[in-house]
Amino acid sequence: MTEYNFAYLDEQTKRMIRRAILKGLTIPGYQVPFASREMPMPYGWGTGGVQVSAAVLTPKDTFKVIDQGADDTTNAVSIRTFFQRTAGVATTTATSDATVIQTRHRIPEEPLHEGQILVYQVPIPEPLRFLEPRESETRKMHSLEEYGLMHVKLYEDISRHGHIATSYAYPVKVEGRYVMDPSPIPKFDNPKLGDMAAIQLFGAGREQRIYALPPYTQVVSLDFEDHPFEASKADHPCGMCGATDSYLDELIIDDLGGRMFVCSDTDYCEARQAAGHKGKDAA
Amino acid sequence: MTPLLSVQGITKRYGAHIGCADVSFDLYPGEVMGIVGESGSGKSTLLNCMAGHLTPDAGQVVFDTRTDGRRDTITMSEPERRMLGRTDWAFVHQHARDGLRMGVSAGGNVGERLMAVGERHYGDIRDKATDWLGRVEIDASRVDDRPTTFSGGMQQRLQIARNLVTGPRLVFMDEPTGGLDVSVQARLLDLLRGLVRDLGLSAIIVTHDLAVVRLLADRLMVMKSGRVVEAGLTDQVLDDPQHAYSQLLVSSVLQV
Amino acid sequence: MYVAVKGGERAIENAHAWLAEERRGNTDIAELSIAQIREQLSLAVNRVMAEGSLYDPDLAALAIKQARGDLIEAIFLMRAYRTTLPRFGASEPVDTGIMACDRRISATFKDLPGGQVLGPTFDYTHRLLDFKLAADGEVPKAPSRDAETGNVPHVTEFLNREGLIEEAPHDDTPPPDLTREPLEMPSPRALRLQALTRADEGFTLGLAYSTQRGYGRNHAFVGELRIGSVPVEMDIPELGFAVEIGEVILTECETVNQFTGSKTEPPQFTRGYGLVFGQTERKAISMALVDRALRWEELGEDNVGAPAQDAEFVLYHADNIQATGFLEHIKLPHYVDFQSELELVRKLRREAGAQQVQEAAE
Repeated sequence: MTEYNFAYLDEQTKRMIRRAILKGLTIPGYQVPFASREMPMPYGWGTGGVQVSAAVLTPKDTFKVIDQGADDTTNAVSIRTFFQRTAGVATTTATSDATVIQTRHRIPEEPLHEGQILVYQVPIPEPLRFLEPRESETRKMHSLEEYGLMHVKLYEDISRHGHIATSYAYPVKVEGRYVMDPSPIPKFDNPKLGDMAAIQLFGAGREQRIYALPPYTQVVSLDFEDHPFEASKADHPCGMCGATDSYLDELIIDDLGGRMFVCSDTDYCEARQAAGHKGKDAA
Repeated sequence: MTPLLSVQGITKRYGAHIGCADVSFDLYPGEVMGIVGESGSGKSTLLNCMAGHLTPDAGQVVFDTRTDGRRDTITMSEPERRMLGRTDWAFVHQHARDGLRMGVSAGGNVGERLMAVGERHYGDIRDKATDWLGRVEIDASRVDDRPTTFSGGMQQRLQIARNLVTGPRLVFMDEPTGGLDVSVQARLLDLLRGLVRDLGLSAIIVTHDLAVVRLLADRLMVMKSGRVVEAGLTDQVLDDPQHAYSQLLVSSVLQV
Repeated sequence: MYVAVKGGERAIENAHAWLAEERRGNTDIAELSIAQIREQLSLAVNRVMAEGSLYDPDLAALAIKQARGDLIEAIFLMRAYRTTLPRFGASEPVDTGIMACDRRISATFKDLPGGQVLGPTFDYTHRLLDFKLAADGEVPKAPSRDAETGNVPHVTEFLNREGLIEEAPHDDTPPPDLTREPLEMPSPRALRLQALTRADEGFTLGLAYSTQRGYGRNHAFVGELRIGSVPVEMDIPELGFAVEIGEVILTECETVNQFTGSKTEPPQFTRGYGLVFGQTERKAISMALVDRALRWEELGEDNVGAPAQDAEFVLYHADNIQATGFLEHIKLPHYVDFQSELELVRKLRREAGAQQVQEAAE
């Protein structure tokens, strides 16, 4: 694909995206409108993340892509291949070796370090969207910091279910100012958002928004004092590596509804197995 | 004593048509001002200008804020005005649907203002909401029901509870009893009178119903074609109207 | 013993190979050429150019071939290609008044300068399947006459002379570019028209139809519909004047709509406008109706809550590439979100169950 520019996008477009990223970093949690380009993959399949990755990648970078925590799911493979072809960058599945990680729906289990960039694919960047469908109205609510409605939603959850019934895309408040959608990561991952050493960038292609968290940003999951936020996961160890601290996928393994639980972060699980950890279902 | 609200020279035009013209008055803490007039007299335009829902073409609405003293709310920034709108000010709409979230439980409706000003204890919010439902005579068992399941009178009482829960210092009311049955109106008026007396509320009530102001208002302004034609103590204006239009208004009610 | 699912890469490669084979179909049947698609499926080509926002019949034909005739997929291919093209500049506004019209009709005036030209239209064909086409596609030559020369004035200009239709004042402000700036609300009419011209035909048609059935009714007449080619000129800075760089075929529709007047305006007719690449008249008429419905605010009309009046609703949902991408993305794995929902539902059910047991015991 030599007829395309490095990392597919032309330099002018990348500069435009970088300006949006820089603005996002200076106003953590604020959604910066940007002129999202049509990409050769469908909207909703990571075009926002791909554009952000394209804008930050340099030839020296090592790139990792995960979808649902896994490096080998089809969409992760497809995006990794895209950048191998258009940017010729080195790729890896090892979290610690990657300089840029594009992710859909997960934050890696292994803590990220300074110098790394985590790029999230975001379907609906607006945390207030399902309370107020109008963009003009939600932008006003953000600018005036009118977030009472967000807590009304949580209040209604508790009064109906006894719990806050949001299990993923759990809203957070950034540096005491903007309410932000962390993308559809499970709420188990929310505590990793705050005080992270890596730069976190969020790209929503179809919705034309970029937002960001600079390193070591304060990120607080919304809750009530008497119903505090809880990062929950399935109450099992990983069947393959025995980890008790990782987010788990549930697999149905036979016709009788037999189940097992394994790490959704494939790199984490494989690294643990290689180091000799063994779960009850491992060979 | 410092007036809680000083309205000076409020004027609002719609093209060549006058909404309201050069209206001025002071409202003192604990006072209830009634504004009466037929529909089209400009009373609702005036109310919406004072409450920040409309921007007047001229005039000032000076409010004695808790933190910064007297401030013109018209030149205030939008965030400041909105903050006022969810703390010290309250607005009761004629139609409860306009002032309630119909898809949210009664408790959530009352709790919203508390959460908007930073309350973060679910139990406390719920207790306060339940307490306020009691004060407006809604059974505590309805706290998790949506207002869609309430009668018109209950919806209006819920709207009042939702407005008063943060202890506002000034309440704007737009025809609060309009659109309700006569028997329901009486009960609501009774409730309002009790609340006004117990809480020492300051309020501005717009209505075309003289019975409402007779019961609730200390003072009265009569509006016609956008202008105040007569103002004074309620009893004085109603019992001895001076302006021909006020006389007509009072007599037409008496005839009914 | 469990082995994790692997081999996404190979699965993708194999799927692509199979797809290519299916696209070709039975190899005993002659392969379609790009030229055949361009010449014989020209309305599909036009739609792909219009909604793909790229005027190139050969590329559009290629996209249709590659997409196995799925026009939205073909539009997607055009858009993805378009985004990689360097941008040299903007053309001068095209002048549809000098259009070489193949078709030009007015529903408001029986006769008018320039005349009514039916052109190659389905309008008065009887929709009977023509089995002759199944056997032999040869057609006799259509009669022809010399083309009219000279300008073809717009119908709305006649109304304008009498002051019966709203003014459309000349405006030199450069319009915003939808492909370079994010779509933000409220958006000016120029931006709305850009969004509508590449909006999905079906969506636009449905909205336009809804206005006719009373959801934001505005009593539209087709003042004029014209299809033909216009020259495209571009200003070359080095030369200091505009040079013709080619021709495009366009469909333009101007509707004339009733308007009862407002406080500041006397009763007069108002305009809706549609302009679309290629011969695409269903789309152009739909666009004009939706454009007119979206103008309620500037004309001081009531918002009756109709979908076609709601600019945010219309513009954020009209792009079929955005829509199809987001719709189809729910095919992607959502194990993680689903897992978290699964745990939540289990927890809530457990508690509800416990409560029931307790109540039964009491």
